[in-house]
Amino acid sequence: MVLESVPTYRRTGIVSVEELKSLGLLPPEERLRKGPVAILECPEPIPCNICVDACPSGAIKMDRIVDLPRVDWDKCTGCGTCVALCPGLAAFVVDLSKPDKAYVTVPHEFLPVPRVGDEVWLLGRDGRRLGKGKVVKVWERNRTWVVTVEVPKELAMEVRAIWVER
Amino acid sequence: MEIEAYEGESIAAALYAIGIDVFSYSSKLGRPRGAFCMIGKCSSCFMVVDGVPNTRTCIEPVRDGVRVERQKGLAPVPSEKTVDGSVEPEEVLETDVLIVGGGPAGLSAALELARYGLNVVIVNEHFKLGGQLVKQTHKFFGSKELFGGLRGFQIAEMLSEQLSKYDNVKVLLQSAAYGVFRGGWVGVASRNKLYRIKPRAVIVAAGATEQYLAFPGNDLPGVMGAGGAQTLMNEYGIKPGDRALVVGSGNVGLIVSYQLLQAGVKVEAILEIMPQIGGWFVHAAKVRRYGVPILTSHTIKAAWGRERVEGATIVRVDEKFQPVPGSERDIECDLVLLAIGLAPDTRLFAQAGAVMRWIPELGGPVPIRTRRLETSIPGMYVAGDASGIEEATTAMIEGRIAALAIASKFLDGERAKRVEEEMEKLLDFLWNEYRASPLLARARAGKEKATVSEEEMERLRKEHPPLVSFR
Ligand code: SF4
Ligand code: SF4
Repeated sequence: MVLESVPTYRRTGIVSVEELKSLGLLPPEERLRKGPVAILECPEPIPCNICVDACPSGAIKMDRIVDLPRVDWDKCTGCGTCVALCPGLAAFVVDLSKPDKAYVTVPHEFLPVPRVGDEVWLLGRDGRRLGKGKVVKVWERNRTWVVTVEVPKELAMEVRAIWVER
Repeated sequence: MEIEAYEGESIAAALYAIGIDVFSYSSKLGRPRGAFCMIGKCSSCFMVVDGVPNTRTCIEPVRDGVRVERQKGLAPVPSEKTVDGSVEPEEVLETDVLIVGGGPAGLSAALELARYGLNVVIVNEHFKLGGQLVKQTHKFFGSKELFGGLRGFQIAEMLSEQLSKYDNVKVLLQSAAYGVFRGGWVGVASRNKLYRIKPRAVIVAAGATEQYLAFPGNDLPGVMGAGGAQTLMNEYGIKPGDRALVVGSGNVGLIVSYQLLQAGVKVEAILEIMPQIGGWFVHAAKVRRYGVPILTSHTIKAAWGRERVEGATIVRVDEKFQPVPGSERDIECDLVLLAIGLAPDTRLFAQAGAVMRWIPELGGPVPIRTRRLETSIPGMYVAGDASGIEEATTAMIEGRIAALAIASKFLDGERAKRVEEEMEKLLDFLWNEYRASPLLARARAGKEKATVSEEEMERLRKEHPPLVSFR
């Protein structure tokens, strides 16, 4: 096995923003500033197209089941349905349209379920606690809770999970 | 001691729930033995149940007043009184198709056959249908048509539900197909009753067994198959321990680690002997986000503890997978979960004398088969993990392919043609789309090695004349 050819995320379980960008999985800056938009952190050609069927706006495209999902950023409304339904828990919504805060929507499958107004831990892709943030929206679909938290703008591309103190 | 248990629980689960994790003592050294696979495939949970020794308590349901004793080494033959009285006379059954195994492959096959009006008998060792789907609490991948997006146990519920609508399907629970006999008979041992079954075709979808790893202390209670822990927590709602070390970072290791976190178990680390993570990135990312370290180029050196695991020593390995001296580290934990791979359950094929081949990519010896999944024993088909380790979604597809291959032979005219077309569509999807994923390359290569053309199969049959035939 030639290790050099293995992407870093296959050794660490953490995908970097640069890697996402080079795979074409990140929306352009202008789109991010316009309003909530989906980011699918799904860099491998796994046999899955659940998000394609899930998206009510038909914003996700894929020719073959093993292709990477492609979001049509202009069609995406940031509704978060893909966050609820993606079996890889790899879909997120990021909203950078507000002046002083960013909003990140993450899937959550742990008890207790957070409530709107709760201050919860914000976790990075490596599980590090990046600070606390306020929960602004919570809804559920087949036992996956979709949680939107308010985060400092500079953490919008870092926060990918929350933790509720039991 | 009298204990309470929930209806529908296995004896092993009920005992584990109240903190009894030693089920028997080994024959020679009297070492404690605990749960390992929890799905009726190993011998770790043997106990004496109502006087009957060697009872697999993980697939034995609790019942009022049942007497359970720890087994100490080899047990004596139970007295005739113990087994007599309840034994019924043998029953002879004829059916179109006998399906061995009621997991994702077996159930999908049965549904397909039932839909075409064929008679089906399903033999299932567990007291519940669904196989390992019942403990899969995560959402499945694939597409909507393949039940992707649903959680595994929901798929099991749905398949069992659909199947119950057909009266041409007979289900024998707590039953094992113990042998294939001359003239195309299959022997099935049920609770207190034997069946002699004469099918026109057989599909073996018996699943797989968790593989073991050799290291000092590997027999301590608390060293378990990752799937065993999954059964305890997801099927029975029992927390298997407090702190876990998971060995192996394939999808099973990663998924079980995530589910351990959900159950409130701390995952100290996931060890991976290879220099990169074994499973899919999305599964790895799910556990990394909650801070679980995945230690690549690491393995377990030993587990220690008195009556149960109290910790483990891990070690880094070099490019040749040799331990690096001085890199040992101790981790305190009460669970060591092995997720190092599965081995196909192909015992019935070996007994029937099917042509088999050892294929490492598939986890062990598997029967050689055609694209239509027929083995060298005419009329004996294989599907699911028994055909080589893959995953539940492909198991469901394979089950349907085997069923359609059989139906195309048993039906005639237009219907046979339609069935044949449907089968070809599935085959095309399986080989040319689903398995096209580079992440499935290893399993795909294994399945390619195990698959031969119809002509090659005829040649194999000439070379190794089948001992029995079902057509
Ligand atoms: S956020 Fe909504 S609109 Fe955007 S891709 Fe996801 S499901 Fe589609
Ligand atoms: S549903 Fe999730 S895992 Fe499946 S392709 Fe879409 S983003 Fe990837």
